[in-house]
Order: sequence, then structure tokens, then C-alpha cells
Amino acid sequence: MLGYDISWAAFNIIEVMSASKFTFKRVGYLAASQCFHEGTDVIMLTTNQIRKDLSSPNQYDTGVALTGLSCFVTPDLARDLANDIMTLMSHTKPYIRKKAVLIMYKVFLKYPESLRPAFPRLKEKLEDPDPGVQSAAVNVICELARRNPKNYLSLAPLFFKLMTSSTNNWVLIKIIKLFGALTPLEPRLGKKLIEPLTNLIHSTSAMSLLYECVNTVIAVLISLSSGMPNHSASIQLCVQKLRILIEDSDQNLKYLGLLAMSKILKTHPKSVQSHKDLILQCLDDKDESIRLRALDLLYGMVSKKNLMEIVKKLMIHVDKAEGTTYRDELLTKIIDICSQANYQYITNFEWYISILVELTRLEGTRHGHLIAAQMLDVAIRVKAIRKFAVSQMAMLLDNAHLIASNTQRNGICEVLYAAAWICGEFSEHLQEPHQTLEAMLRPKVTTLPGHIQAVYVQNMVKLYASILQQKEQSEEKDAAQEITQLMIDRLPQFVQSADLEVQERASCILQLIKYIQKLQTKEVPVAEEVIALFAGELNPVAPKAQKKVPVPEGLDLDAWINEPPSDSDSEDEKPKTIFHDEEQRHSKHRQPEIDEEELARRREARKQEQANNPFYIKSSPSPQKRYQDTPGVEHIPVVQIDLSVPLKVPGIPMSDQYVKLEEERRHKQKLEKDKKKKKQKKEKKGKHRRHNSLHTESDEDIAPAQQVDIITEEMPENALPSDEDDKDPNDPYKALDIDLDNLVSGKPHRPLADSEKLPVQRHRNAETPKSPEKEEIPVIEKKSKKPKKKEKKHKEKEREKEKKKEKEKEKKGEDLDFWLSAAPSAASTAQSPNEPSLNTVMAVPEDYEEPKKEEREDEDDDEEKKSSKHKKKKHKKEKEEKSKDKKKSRKKKHPSEEEQVEAIQNGTLDDEPLPPMSSYCLLAENTFIKMTYDIQGNLQKDSQVTVSVIFENKSDSFLKSMELNVLDSLNTKMSRPEGASVHDGVPVPFQLPPGISNEAQFVFTVQSIIMAQKLKGTLSFIVKNDEGSTHEKLDFKLHFSCTSYLITTPCYSDAFAKLLESGELSMNSIKVDGISISFQHLLAKICFHHHFSVVERVDSCASMYSRSIQGHHVCLLVKKGENSVSVDGKCSDPTLLSNLLDEMRETLAKC
Amino acid sequence: ERQRQPPRPSQPPLLPAAAPLRFPLVPNGRPAHQSAGCLPKSEDTQQQIIRETFHLVSKRDENVCNFLEGGLLIGGSDNKLIYRHYATLYFVFCVDSSESELGILDLIQVFVETLDKCFENVCELDLIFHVDKVHNILAEMVMGGMVLETNMNEIVTQIDAQNKLEKSEAGLAGAPARAVSAVKNMNLPEIPRNINIGDISIKVPNLPSFK
Repeated sequence: MLGYDISWAAFNIIEVMSASKFTFKRVGYLAASQCFHEGTDVIMLTTNQIRKDLSSPNQYDTGVALTGLSCFVTPDLARDLANDIMTLMSHTKPYIRKKAVLIMYKVFLKYPESLRPAFPRLKEKLEDPDPGVQSAAVNVICELARRNPKNYLSLAPLFFKLMTSSTNNWVLIKIIKLFGALTPLEPRLGKKLIEPLTNLIHSTSAMSLLYECVNTVIAVLISLSSGMPNHSASIQLCVQKLRILIEDSDQNLKYLGLLAMSKILKTHPKSVQSHKDLILQCLDDKDESIRLRALDLLYGMVSKKNLMEIVKKLMIHVDKAEGTTYRDELLTKIIDICSQANYQYITNFEWYISILVELTRLEGTRHGHLIAAQMLDVAIRVKAIRKFAVSQMAMLLDNAHLIASNTQRNGICEVLYAAAWICGEFSEHLQEPHQTLEAMLRPKVTTLPGHIQAVYVQNMVKLYASILQQKEQSEEKDAAQEITQLMIDRLPQFVQSADLEVQERASCILQLIKYIQKLQTKEVPVAEEVIALFAGELNPVAPKAQKKVPVPEGLDLDAWINEPPSDSDSEDEKPKTIFHDEEQRHSKHRQPEIDEEELARRREARKQEQANNPFYIKSSPSPQKRYQDTPGVEHIPVVQIDLSVPLKVPGIPMSDQYVKLEEERRHKQKLEKDKKKKKQKKEKKGKHRRHNSLHTESDEDIAPAQQVDIITEEMPENALPSDEDDKDPNDPYKALDIDLDNLVSGKPHRPLADSEKLPVQRHRNAETPKSPEKEEIPVIEKKSKKPKKKEKKHKEKEREKEKKKEKEKEKKGEDLDFWLSAAPSAASTAQSPNEPSLNTVMAVPEDYEEPKKEEREDEDDDEEKKSSKHKKKKHKKEKEEKSKDKKKSRKKKHPSEEEQVEAIQNGTLDDEPLPPMSSYCLLAENTFIKMTYDIQGNLQKDSQVTVSVIFENKSDSFLKSMELNVLDSLNTKMSRPEGASVHDGVPVPFQLPPGISNEAQFVFTVQSIIMAQKLKGTLSFIVKNDEGSTHEKLDFKLHFSCTSYLITTPCYSDAFAKLLESGELSMNSIKVDGISISFQHLLAKICFHHHFSVVERVDSCASMYSRSIQGHHVCLLVKKGENSVSVDGKCSDPTLLSNLLDEMRETLAKC
Repeated sequence: ERQRQPPRPSQPPLLPAAAPLRFPLVPNGRPAHQSAGCLPKSEDTQQQIIRETFHLVSKRDENVCNFLEGGLLIGGSDNKLIYRHYATLYFVFCVDSSESELGILDLIQVFVETLDKCFENVCELDLIFHVDKVHNILAEMVMGGMVLETNMNEIVTQIDAQNKLEKSEAGLAGAPARAVSAVKNMNLPEIPRNINIGDISIKVPNLPSFK
């Protein structure tokens, strides 16, 4: 914190965090956010404190905890608190909601498993009435989608709607950015986007929005295949707008304009190239960032035609540039530009070499090694250029004293490394090898860095060998001995080098040459043997080659090579066996490696491949021929002038000359071509034939001065053509690549599996203080119920896996497909209420819990199909068939799977199917809205129940400002937000677009639970449609049955027996006649509707147990007779028991 | 997410070391923090980042663009430094490519205007002596490296409500004695006396509004 390490205070910080006053709490959390990180060990002590603060009645306590948590959330914290934060996402205060939504991103990052369960609610928040919450949700989803866009494609319709309706520029920018990420995956989306985006570009006054629109339009255009007529207009619009930005006096806009331009460049270089003037102008800008951006643009603007010109301009800038960083940047850019796409744009490699040589004049650059690498690469891969390159390199070596004047801070001396190697390796091309050898043996060389000296020493021998051969062939024995003597005289200076590598090589070579001298004095010809040391060609190897070598079949590095010596072997036998084994292994091992046949076969294959490769030079072409087009270059006199100031390296040809020469050459070529064209002569043996066959004037047509024999880098045979090796396996976002589509449609497509539910900690909550914002705890309770049902769905899915999956996939695809293909204009899409895309909006998280709702969804599906009538009939038929199919299959399988759940739950097995059940019952209904509700007890708070109400908008209008109010009784009161009076209603935290349903939860405090109770209440809401808005009311009666205070609690039979024996329970019993359903069904019904669990079941007799929120034990003995059922109950409260039994009688009577 | 920079290029070694003038909120920052992997950013690294950022930003001319390409220190090329210069203060945000550059410039403007409202004519010293308040204001705007709220009125309302709450609790004066003595016994290096910064108030220029 503030530059001091305060990790010692971590524990004290936690103490302050747990202060009761907000003032201190805030200070504590601030300190924690400053100094806690994943490595802080005390962080795990904060879990409960944070949970407590999250559920604090004071919204600012919660806010401060959320803010702090966002800074130091760890995987453990994320796992433990995910559920609490999720409940906060539907907090009544927007202030908390938006923070909770935003922090979910951090939680996802640390605990990716939470993404699936939390996503439906997150998605719901996209349509939150509060703009802050909405923007937070957009923020989070955009951030998620940026990393794994494909999982979020199905949200496109929703975002599209938001885009056309939102006026918040922040949200718009985020959405537009998101679309930019989505369009590459779905080109049709791009088509749909272009129009609204173009409208925005025209209409908006905010530069930031304009800029992002342009950016996304560019992304769209990139994703679309070109050639569509009106898209060229869009490009023109973009480029125009960008030009305006670039010409603006505001440097920021200029910068961004260039940035966006570089994106267009990738796909539509032509439209950018016309603005070359503007971009070159930007190179002169005084702002370095802008110059760098302009440089980036140049990279993509080069063509064969203008490469030389552009590089020439850059060279001028290199000379002018003062700061070394910018100059270095220029240097790398020049090299990048020239070497891009395998030297695609270089027509004259002599020119390129001379550019590289010119660049060596830069003092103090850090990129000497880059230039060196280029020199080596070109010299190795472009065979035709070797002679020229060698002559240039010899010159560099000669002038080494200029380049290496001050080695300490001069990275440029790296080029000498390349120069020495090239001269040595291709010494046969040297004009005056003797002179070069002398240059390499100068005493000054010993001041160079060690690795360069080492290369010097090694390549001296190559040079020496070739000179020796030359001399021997011309039978100049004296000269040969002379050169040997020279080596022996000069090498000792390297032997004394401090660098071990140099020393070793030098002494080794010195001995070799002394031996050669001995042989020479005996007049034995040695050249052949010396040259044999360096025989063979070195091939360029691709940098990834090693990685791509496929693992040979049958190679198992973990397997024993030798069987481990067994213990039973006697001691004295051991050495023998090992020795014997080893021998065997050798013979075994070699066989697969040196398989001559296999090698020959591979060689043949490679030759074949090379023969087919136009860039591969086959066999010894005579290099001299290639220079006929550029006469005079090699005749430039080499004069040694020792300048005190290294202004220009003497004797080095200026690259400018090449520009001129090149122009002449091209002109000549063109004339020649024209001539040929007219005469249509027969084939000629000219080497430009290949190019002449094309008679267009395109810039690709410029024939290179040298045949560009670029050898491709070698890869191992059978290399796997994959690009995956660039991916970072440690990418934290990879874990978030989770398929959310099925969740999004909110149906049981792929329900949350058991393992995917959020961990819930129940027993620890006992001490949490009472708070008015009580919703969260009941929700936790609800959550804990979920898994069973989820499991149910899971089973179902497993059974119909194959069939259903396909269907669903299709269906999901169709949703999006339909949205993308339907409604040509944007406006109609956004507004038409019957839009099927809206179905995806119905992601009520609880949907997949209730069979009843499922059916409703099915109806929706049908509706959807009806609405898409204009689709092909055949298609529709198919679809309907499918849906029927689906329903049928569901009806068939549903019960059996339900029963299985019961089996799991109750420990019994029965094969009879069960009908679907729902605990939601109707609360009230009118033409606008329908409410269904369910009441759940709360185990943590002995006097609270949660009422979950599903609101369903049945009208075509928008319902908003919903407020639910009840008339409190003495016994039962609704929890209202802080400060509200008993007459105030509780706002429903969402609005309902037409046809949408959503669930809200309300907490009630109950004093006595032994009696059932009814509360009168009213829902008031505003109906908004085209004609205006009206205020509406709907009265209802909330029925709190005694059953709703019971919580399903498992009980072991021995504990159950003890309970009964204790004798503290009062007893009561009922008997219901005329029951025909099976016992299994009966038990399931009691379990489901009355929150009991089966303790034991023997034949047609079962004991059941449940517990009330206030801790009353309820024990049942259910017996089934012929046509009747008798229920004996024991309970710690007689009134409760009799009420419960009455309710049960009603349920049973319905059977 | 962002760091504030000390003024005075002439005395950077003094101020960064002694005055509580910058906010090494790097752990807060999405890009800088995450892309550096799981390595906890030590105080040293944070200080180095601040120093280097200051170095980069302070030598830029007045008339150049407000974006700086990401260096290795701030986590690679996806990240950018976006800064704004008010009098002697630099407000620097480090963002990745998911943020709109111009949007962030506006956010800085909102931040400064909010500071101006909360402190009533904010000046440098306000920021030096009320680091915590600045943090609290920022926490209402940026959370966990993501933009939380951009509406200035909303931010000011929340800040005011929290201040009121604090006042009702009698503020820091009611701190437990143990905490006070702990702070007093803290062994910090001597803070140089007589730093004359002068009373330079930040002038909030009227930039074209974003909204």
C-alpha cells in the first residue's frame, strides 16, 4: 500500500474489516483490496465475514464487501461465496444488484463451474429496469463473449434488441464491440447488423460511438465474403469517416483512425492504398504513437510495385529519427515489411541485401541480431543471391572496424556474426578469399563479443579450406603453405581468448592446421580432406520443426527399457544379466532407427515433393546467368578509405541505385513483353517465360530480378499441420469456454448436472443476523432442493440422449436461424412482439424445475412454429412432427424418471410411473397477468417463509412498476425494505415484456406456525402499450398452509424409533377411503406436496418424517388397505398435527 | 486499473517514495494483473510500474495523443495506457482491448469532475491527504477492473450517502484505542518535511460531453 509492504498487517486488517461500524469496515476493506492477493494466507479467514457483510441489512456494507472482494477474490472465496453473490443479483437495491452482477465475472474467472448455474440469472439482468445493472450485465457478458464468442451467439437477438433500443452510449459501445467479436462466427449476423450500424454512424454525434461502429462494420465486412455490391459502399463510408478522423487535429482521433484503418487493410487493401499520401504524412507527425500506427499501416500497404519506394521513404526517416527507440522501431518495420509473407514483395534481393547493409550503419541500435538473422535467412534460402551477398559480407568484414568501433553499447556488431558465417559457408563465391581471411584474422577481432569470435574462428577454417583447395588445384604449393603459416601465426590470439568457446575452437583448429602443415611439408595433398570437413549443405529448418516431429509409433517413454531386476535374482548373477540385457537392447533399438529402406523411401518422397514445389531449386543452377539484368553492380569499385567518422561505409552500394536500376529493368521488361505479345513468338528459353505467359498489367506481374528461389524451411516428415501450438495452455479464459446455449433457452435441454450446482453452506448460517433483505436465504434453501430435480432431468436426458440432443440442437439453431433470416428490416425485428427470438428471453431459471411450466414452454414452441408460418411448409411439418415426437417421448419417459428420483430419495424401488407434479398453484389471474405461487420454509430462520411468485404477462402490453402488497396479520407479516411502512408494497424487481414470465420472491415472518392462515393482498402495476399506460390492480389471497412450514428432512430409522419411544409426541390419525392409486404414487405425493421423506417402507406400510421450521417433529405411519389409506401421525404439537392431517386428507381425497 | 502519478518530473525519487500520492491499485486492474498470471504483484513491481508509467507519460508533449501502447510491464500488446493530464496531475488508466479508448478518456473526465464535486474545487493536496476518499470514489466507478457506473450524479449520491452514514457513526474519531495506538507505533521512514507543492488547483476543462 502506497509503496510500503503491509502484509504484516493482514490479520489486523481482517479485524478492522469485521468492525461493526461502516466507517471502519470501509477502511478495512480498502486496506484489504490494496494488499491482499491470492498468496495471502489469512484470506481464508475472511470467508464468513464477507458472507455476513454480503447479507448485511445496510446496503453500503454489502457494497463495500463486494468492492473489496472484487480485488482479492480467490478460487476458494469464489466457490464459497458464489451462491451468496448470485442471490444478491436479484437484490431489491439496484446499487447492490449492479455490483453483484459485475463481480460475477471475477467469480467466473476464479471458479468457472459457477458460470452455468449463474448464467440464466445474468442473462435476465440484461433487461433489468435499472440502467446501471443493465450496463453491468452487458459488461460481464461482453467480457465473457470476447474470450469465447461462439457460446454466446444465441444471445445475438437479445443484444440486437438492446442495441436498437438503448440510448446509453456505454452500453451501446459494449454491445457493438461484442457484435464485432460475434460476426466472424456468423456472417448472416453481419448482414443484419450493417444497416443499423450505418444508421448509427450517420446519426451519432459521439465520436467514441462512431468509432466503435466503424470498427464493427469493418469486422462485419471482414467476415462477409467480398463481392457484394452495397458493401463496397460501406467500406467507402468507413474509410471516409476514418479519413476524417485521421485528418482531425485531435491526436487521439488521428491515432484511432489509423488503428481502425489497419483493420480494413487486412481484407480490403485497395481501399486503403488510395490514402497512402495521408499515411505517409502521418509518418512525419510529431507524436510517436501516431508514427508507429502509420508504420503498421505501411506494413500492409506494400506491393511489389511500391515496396522500394516505401522503404526508401522509411530509410530517410531512419536517418532523421533522433530517438533510438523510434529508429529501432523503424528498423524492425523495414525488415518486417520486406520479409513478410516469405519475401513475397521483394523483386530484387540485391536491393534488399544492400538495404540491410545500409542499415548496419545505424549506431546504437539494439536490433543488430535482426539484421543478422535476415542476412543469414536470405543468403541461405535465396541461392541466387549468395554470390552477391558474399561479396557484400566480405566488404562488411573488411570494414568491421567501423561497425564494431565501440562494442559495448553497439548491438550492430551482431551483423559481423552473419557476415563471417556467410563468407565462410559460401566461400566458393568469394572474389578474394585471401583478403577476407586476413580481415578475419585482424587483431581487432579479439575485441568482439565471444560468440562472434567463435563464429569467426569456425568460418576461418572454412575459408582456409577453400583457399587451400584453390591453391592446390592451381598447384601453388608455396602459396598454400603461406596461408597455412598465416593461420598458425594468427590463431594463437584466439587461443588466448577469455571466452571458453573461442578458446576451445581455436586450439582445436590450431592443432588441426599444425597437422596440415606437417603433411604439407611432406607434400601430401590435403585440401580434399580438409574441405570434406565442411561438405554438405546446411538447410534452413523451420523454428517449429522440432515440435512437429510426430511421436513414432510404439514409442513409450514411460515403459521400462530394461525390466527392473527382480528381487528373486541372486546377487552374483545380477551383473551378468544386466550386461546381457543391455547388449540385446542395443541391437533391438538400432533396428527401427537405421532402416535403410525406410530412409530411402522417405528421401524419394521428399524429392518428389521438392520437384513439385516451384520455390525449390533443384540442382546447381549457374548463378552467373542471373545477373545479366543488373549489369554493373558487382563492378562497383571497392576502395578502402579510412574515414574517421563512419558516415557511409565505403564501397557499399547504395540501395537507391537499385531503385533506379529496378525501374529501368521493369521498363525493359515491359517493352520486351509487349514485343512478345505482338509477335506471339514461339517459346523461348528465357527465364522470364513463366511471367511472360501472363499478359496482364497487374502489379503481381513484375518479374523479379533474380528468380526467387526461396527454399521453404524444412519440416520433419509426417509433421502434423496444426497451428495449435500457439495457444497458451495456461489461458485463464479457457476454463470459461462453457456451452451455455441450452441453458439460455431455459428448457431441460441440458440441465445443470448435480455436480454443477453451486455449493451451498447451510449449517454455518445459523448466526447470521436478521435482516430485512431476507430473500437470499430462502433462495439458498430452494437451491438445495434443485439438485434432485436436476438429477431427474439428467436421467431423462441420458435416456433419450441421442435422439433429443440432435433435435434440440436443430431447434436451437433454428431459433437463431430464424431470427437471422426473418424480418429484413431491423425495426420490425426489434418491435414485433411475436418474434420467436423472444422465446429465448424466457429464461426463467426455475423453468426446468417444473413439469407444468415445461408444458407451457411446449405450447410456446408450437406458437413459435405458428408464427413462422411463412417458412416453407415442408419445414414446418417436419418441425411439428418433431415436437409431437418430443412430447410423446417426454410423456412416456417422464414418469419413469420421476419415479426413479423417488427411488433415490426414498431408498425404495418401484417400476410404476408417476404423473408430473407441480407445487405451484394459482394465486390470481386477470387479462393482463397470471400469478402462481409456492411457499417454502426457511430452515435457518425459524420464523420465515419465502413465497415464490411467478408472474406471467398474458397481454400484448408491457407491464411495469409492479408492486405487491399484503395486509399483514398479527401472526404473519411481509418483510419490507428498510424504512417502508406496513402500508407500502414491495416492488417486483423486474418488468415484464409481453408474453414473458419471471419469478420474484417475497419473505414473510410468521410467529406461530401451528395454524394455517390466509392473507389478503393486491398487486398493482402499470400497463403500457401504444395507447398509453394505465394503472391496474389485481387482488389475491395468499394461503399459508401448515404444510408450507414443513421442510423435507431425512431421518434414519433408529433415530425415528427413538423419537417415537420418547413419548413426548401427541397422536392423531385420519382415514381416507376410495383411494385407487398405487402406494408408490401415494408416497410420492405426500413427499412432494407435504414435504415429507420416507424413513422406511415395508410392503404397503411406510413411516415418514418431516420437520417444521420451528423444529416440530412430525412422524407419520401410512398404511394402505384395500381401498383406503390410514395415516397415523405423531407430532410435538397437537394443533399442528391435526391441521396437517386435514390438509393431507384433502390431498388424498383428490387422488 | 489505474495509477495516479506524482507531478514534478524534477523530483520523482522523492515523491514516489515518501508521499502517498499515487495509487498502486494494480491488484485492482484487470489487464495488468491477470495477464501477468498468478504471480502476486509485489510492492516492488507495482512501484516499478508506476515509475515507468510516470516516466513514459511525463515526457510526452501536450499535443500528442493520450494513448500509449502496452509495454511488457503492463502485460503485453493488448493493453494500453490511457491518460489525461490536468495541471500537474496525470490520471492514467491501463485498459485492454475490450474498452473503448475514447470512452475511457471520458471516464477519466467523469472521475475528475466527480473529485471536483466531492472535494469542492479539488486540488492536489486534497488527493494527497485523502487517499482513502479518492479510492472510495473510484470504487463507485470502477470495480474489479470493470466500469461500474458512469453517471456522475449517481456516483455523487452514493458517496454522499456513505459519508452521511459515516458521520452518523462519529467518523474515525471513534476508532478503538487499540487501532490508534497500532498506527502510532508503526515504524515508517521519516517523511521529508517542507514539501512545497503549492496550491495548484486542477482546472477542469469543459470537454465535449460524452453523454
